[in-house]
Amino acid sequence: MANRVVIDPITRIEGHLRIEVEVKDGKVVDAYSSGTMVRGFELILKGRDPRDAWAFAERACGVCTTVHALASVRTVEDALNITVPPNAELIRNLMFCAQYLQDHVVHFYHLHALDWVDVVSALKADPRKTSELAQSISNWPRSSPGYFSDLQKRLTAFVESGQLGIFANGYWGHSAYKLPPEANLMGVAHYLEALEWQKEMVKVHTIFGGKNPHPNYLVGGVPCSINIDESNALNAERLAMVGRLFEQGREFVEKVYIPDLLAVASFYKDWGAIGGGLRNYLVYGDLPTHGYRDPSKFKFPRGAILDRNLNEVLPVDPRDATEVQEFVSHSWYDYEAGDGTGLHPWAGETKLNYTGPKPPYEYLDVQQKYSWLKTPRWKGHPMEVGPLARVLVAYASGSKEVQELVGAVLKQLDVPVAALFSTLGRTAARGLETKLIAGWAMEFYAQLLANIKNGDTRTHDHTAWHPETWPAEAKGVGLTEAPRGALAHWIVIKDSKIDNYQLVVPSTWNASPRDAQGQMSAYESALIGTPIADPDQPLEVLRTIHSFDPCIACAVHLHDEHGRYVHQLRVF
Amino acid sequence: MSRPPVTIWEHARMQGYSRRDFLQFCSWLAAAAGIEASGVGQVVHALTTKPRLPVVWFHFQECTCCSESFIRSSHPIVADIILDKISLDYTETLQAAAGHQAEAALHATMEKYKGEYLMLVEGSVPTEAGGVYCCIAGRTALDIVTEAAAGAKAIVCWGSCASNGCIQGAKPNPTGATPIYKLISGTPIVNVPGCPPIAEVMAGTIVHLLAFDRVPQLDGLGRPRAFYSRRVHDTCYRRPNYDAGLFVEAFDDQNARRGYCLYQMGCRGPVTYNACGVTRWNNGVSFPIQSGHGCIGCSEANFWDNGPFYQHLASFPGFGVETTADTVGAAVAAVTGAGIAAHAITTNIRKRKIIADGIDRGRVVPAAKAADERAADTKGSKG
Repeated sequence: MANRVVIDPITRIEGHLRIEVEVKDGKVVDAYSSGTMVRGFELILKGRDPRDAWAFAERACGVCTTVHALASVRTVEDALNITVPPNAELIRNLMFCAQYLQDHVVHFYHLHALDWVDVVSALKADPRKTSELAQSISNWPRSSPGYFSDLQKRLTAFVESGQLGIFANGYWGHSAYKLPPEANLMGVAHYLEALEWQKEMVKVHTIFGGKNPHPNYLVGGVPCSINIDESNALNAERLAMVGRLFEQGREFVEKVYIPDLLAVASFYKDWGAIGGGLRNYLVYGDLPTHGYRDPSKFKFPRGAILDRNLNEVLPVDPRDATEVQEFVSHSWYDYEAGDGTGLHPWAGETKLNYTGPKPPYEYLDVQQKYSWLKTPRWKGHPMEVGPLARVLVAYASGSKEVQELVGAVLKQLDVPVAALFSTLGRTAARGLETKLIAGWAMEFYAQLLANIKNGDTRTHDHTAWHPETWPAEAKGVGLTEAPRGALAHWIVIKDSKIDNYQLVVPSTWNASPRDAQGQMSAYESALIGTPIADPDQPLEVLRTIHSFDPCIACAVHLHDEHGRYVHQLRVF
Repeated sequence: MSRPPVTIWEHARMQGYSRRDFLQFCSWLAAAAGIEASGVGQVVHALTTKPRLPVVWFHFQECTCCSESFIRSSHPIVADIILDKISLDYTETLQAAAGHQAEAALHATMEKYKGEYLMLVEGSVPTEAGGVYCCIAGRTALDIVTEAAAGAKAIVCWGSCASNGCIQGAKPNPTGATPIYKLISGTPIVNVPGCPPIAEVMAGTIVHLLAFDRVPQLDGLGRPRAFYSRRVHDTCYRRPNYDAGLFVEAFDDQNARRGYCLYQMGCRGPVTYNACGVTRWNNGVSFPIQSGHGCIGCSEANFWDNGPFYQHLASFPGFGVETTADTVGAAVAAVTGAGIAAHAITTNIRKRKIIADGIDRGRVVPAAKAADERAADTKGSKG
């Protein structure tokens, strides 16, 4: 029997994900990705007031909070033909930017870094050399020998307490860790600094949306009003705080995140040839500069790339029933017309039907249905979505800004363009777009101030607020780019109530099971060929899976080459 | 590795905090936990002598907004305490290990610290179809929660999912999503509802357990009184507008731009118990009402089905106090279900008549009438 390795739960993600891989000659030869939790959102949304949908949809995810709310209000606005005022568009853009800055930094340091940074190795670092290393890559001030020495003492005390908390049973000492002790110590320092920093960045949401996680959105605009002569509205003090938060955000990204990313990448260039997976990329695009209805002026352009052909960006139409379709051949759902059917989301169905093994189970029956995720396809093709797709589509669309940045990084790391199609490329693309967004946020902020200065303070379009003004039946689609990739909601409204609501989320594209033709989705595909030094410690699998920044609920178990569970416990 | 566990004070000292910093922190903890000044000594003693509390954090049907909120906790030393001073031995969101190694860490703690570990739960547990709607490591959430609860010293239910079922428990509750208190008996349970709860409320709850070895004083719904004993309405800085009958009538209208009361826009502040008006969010930056949107009542059971959100409360079944609106500015109404005495949800028809012309001119209610209504309102609140 093949050497099956099961990892359940996959940690350092949002949600419940289970990965089963088959290992032969030290490499992954087959992979299965399963979402093991479901809540039935689409069933719960049925019959509700469409204006409330954003609040329900937002709860799809608390990590990439806001993105489902944004997709939802756009969906309803599309159905009811509402155009939001420019200030509302700008405020939504600013919330979008704040979300990316916070989320991508948290992903890099708190969800992904421990795949590359060996915390225990940091105990052996020389604080003076660590300081030299830190100062050689950045002028970030927290870099003295004393700073790193204090941190190291703290870490030593932590380890010696015997209570290892979140670091217990990690893969410390694994042969795939390549960083010198000094880089590891610097990584730990920035892990802690980023944890403190991220809670500041989200205050942008608190100002505009009242809280974070899960700030408030509103169909027709944004709930906050602008009144520069009132203490109870957005005034100079509130706006100054937003400006300051974005300045701090940009500083951290440019002085800590990007230098760390490049430093770490320089030790793991071999991962520029691992984990590429699919050859197709899909982007809905976002960050409007001339209104949401003009995608040609988005900062992130819309489009699809097939077979890694960067010479052609194909148009994407989410309304075309033949483009985006969802399949359930390997998902625990039933379709009325049979499971071989592909349904466009406006005609989508959500009927739960679990046919997997009775828990507790050791393996899923991967020949049958094996996940709570449906399988979306674009014109029949499996597509990767996320930062890499966004950077590639922008690059291929001729964005000078993106081409220059990508070119500079490839040159600095001395790797070919092909290195983008990889685990490392995905992780690097996330950093690059964060840098771009940190700059764009300042543009949007300046535009918001200019609008207010010019006397336009509107934040809400009220014309279609009341259901009496709505048609008896309406359909809408709302698109955005979540940090993890292309996100869309589709709605059908009948008699002022939600008749159908379907979400096709980034992790559905990336983490879904095979389709009826046996085509793998992005996770499964990217794992093929991944080297596994030690099946007991699937660090390499985590690297590739984490490079997608999973946002689902999954779990993964490990088995040895004889198909037995690996129970061995490693403690340092 | 065999030396005795270090205490929280020793940790703080090793991290460079002075005794003075530490004592200040203890005072903050005490204040956050609602303890009087004379109790600060107890906090200091507790944190100076205790090893880190072993903690396991489960994720079931949830969106991880509670974990995200938790890491927003504002005072740096609090984040340090929570991440370093408790021993967070299992948390799918942050832990380094995955798969079997993660499960091994969980079981090591559950065995070694049986009866001593603190169990935190984020998410509801689906009970339909044999529990297959949420499985981790091949086991159902129901199986996992039952096993872990048996050895826990106490259970803290983070957020509305674990406390009352939240969104997946909304109609028609397709997966049989169930809050923890309906599944577990025999272990103390603290409910910390909200979607998510405020970071400092989460930190404050942990701190209370850590410092005093006991669950905080709870209300009838198992919520810490320190954070859930006041209605958002009673602690809302826009409350004077309500009392004066000054209401937002449409989003971004002239009244919205003046920060009037959002009651007419569906605000659930009058039936929601939470600390939003006092503690506010993200280190006190704002809260939903301050940023122009009504409270959606996210810390109350069944709030998803208590909608639509933009329909104001008075027109709901169970709030039939319209008849009193012409006689008293405010009255008492019993909210259906939970047995909470609610503040009158009158529509202020009479008040609005009185000041109708005054709204746009920003004129206040005549002083005598305002005083009458305040008196009536205070009386109502006590009911």
